[in-house]
Amino acid sequence: MEIHSLTIHQLHQLLVERKVTSREATESLFRRIREVEGKVKAYLHLTEEEAYAQAEKVDRKILKGEPIGELAGIPIGLKDILCTKGVRTTCASKILENYVPFYDATVVKKLREAHAVFLGKLNMDEFAMGSSTENSGFQITHNPWDLKRVPGGSSGGSAAAVSADECIAALGTDTGGSIRQPASCCGVVGLKPTYGRVSRYGLVAFASSLDQIGPITKDVEDCAILLNAISGYDPFDSTSVNIEVPNYKRFLINDVKGIRMGIPDEYFIEGLHPDVERSVKEAIELFAKWGAEIKQVSLPHTEYAVAIYYIIATAEASSNLARYDGVKYGFRSDRYRDLMEMYTQTRARGFGKEVKRRIILGTYVLSAGYYEAYYRKASQVRTLMRRDFEEVFKEVDVIVAPTSPTPAFGIGEKIEDPLQMYLSDIHTIPVNLAGIPAISVPCGFSNENLPIGLQIMGRPFEEGMLLRVAYTFETNTDFHLKKPNLT
Amino acid sequence: MKMDIEKVARLARLELSDEEMEAFSRQLGKILEYMEQLNWVDTSEVEPTSHTLSVFNVFREDEIRDSFPQEEVLGIAPEEEEGHFRVPRIID
Repeated sequence: MEIHSLTIHQLHQLLVERKVTSREATESLFRRIREVEGKVKAYLHLTEEEAYAQAEKVDRKILKGEPIGELAGIPIGLKDILCTKGVRTTCASKILENYVPFYDATVVKKLREAHAVFLGKLNMDEFAMGSSTENSGFQITHNPWDLKRVPGGSSGGSAAAVSADECIAALGTDTGGSIRQPASCCGVVGLKPTYGRVSRYGLVAFASSLDQIGPITKDVEDCAILLNAISGYDPFDSTSVNIEVPNYKRFLINDVKGIRMGIPDEYFIEGLHPDVERSVKEAIELFAKWGAEIKQVSLPHTEYAVAIYYIIATAEASSNLARYDGVKYGFRSDRYRDLMEMYTQTRARGFGKEVKRRIILGTYVLSAGYYEAYYRKASQVRTLMRRDFEEVFKEVDVIVAPTSPTPAFGIGEKIEDPLQMYLSDIHTIPVNLAGIPAISVPCGFSNENLPIGLQIMGRPFEEGMLLRVAYTFETNTDFHLKKPNLT
Repeated sequence: MKMDIEKVARLARLELSDEEMEAFSRQLGKILEYMEQLNWVDTSEVEPTSHTLSVFNVFREDEIRDSFPQEEVLGIAPEEEEGHFRVPRIID
């Protein structure tokens, strides 16, 4: 088996047994990247020199007989929205094209301390705004399963890279589905933790009440390993929660007997692709066969999710992106006569269309005379949506549904109709609005051999339950073992 | 609700081309229309959610801690002069 197609736990075994060095593994990954990047275009920049230095450091530890952690020497990719000290962090935006942070995000710091090897920064929709990675200010990433299709977004680069074996695992971020939906489109595992589980310090903010960082991996065990490494209270993030981090690997149990699963009516309506419906229903039948208790449930406010989200997320974004003014860092326009023009020219030239559209919408819904009608109203309906989940979680332990209504769509297919693009997030958005955790795992393929994702949602801070259900599914199926044919 | 796009763009410190104004006006009009459905939801007596967590008043001890060195921060500035960020004249 090629090194680049291994998982974290498989490569760790080989490193410990000294059958392969981290240097060799890193070389294997860069060879693979050179082989397929022309087709996939997942990476914005590679950090080859630093990666080899990190790898060699781990190899020295191993030679000295020192014990190494599970992530030591493992080549990882990072979504380019996470600050990496000394390494360009662009958020796929021209306005940050030359931005080099002088600090690491907390999750990056944790992975560094775990001696992971950083291969490079991965492509995304600009400022995480999008569901296809087509809004990147620099390049389009192609779905490894069908290069004419999108990898999903906004963590499209991360999901495509994991799917194409261009990294052993990756970190993405999820504000309205941006880890789960691309994971579903690319046939890999993606988890959005409970809001507050993972520190957002050093995560360039899009919507502060919704953003979370999470793992994108080849299997559920890798997902647990990465979740262990990145979770935890951080005094630098006042929204991070001081709740103990369990060892998530303890939840990798192949047993769902007695687990109560809710199937929400509102996620199985018109517009659901027949292959998605088939695969997800087959998965539910398997869970029933394995002893889970299946119950029909209702989340009545689901239909308002997209409307709520595009008011709240854009409002928060308009505030968070106000800092990009050309004053302290990033791009500054060279065409201005006064301060106002410096601001408007810098932002007009630095931001892409979708970002501008959302800033305008967000500014409008917060402006005098409209705040009550839009932002406040949306926040109230958001409360009703959270209550829907609280009620359902009194009756069931997890909620199971499709991750996305369709498999990956064609590049260019939805980009001209923003509302159509927004509606493709209908299954993932409610989770962020409620702040609960959710995971997507591969559960089948469409008639066109495109991956389909199964979404499992849980109570706040019950990532363990999600991992257990996901692990059971994965252990008894082989969807996650299929790879795209790239060469 | 028809948006006064020019006014909003000014608030957002964004300059839009005529083409962008026209396209955004159309697209955002559709989106805002879609959002009207929220008006049908009964939210009397419902508290708005600003946070999904019940964390309040997160403070730290009032102790002096290290900050980032000035050279590092100014090192990435578009324009810098004598330890300051240089910008166009603000006050006439």
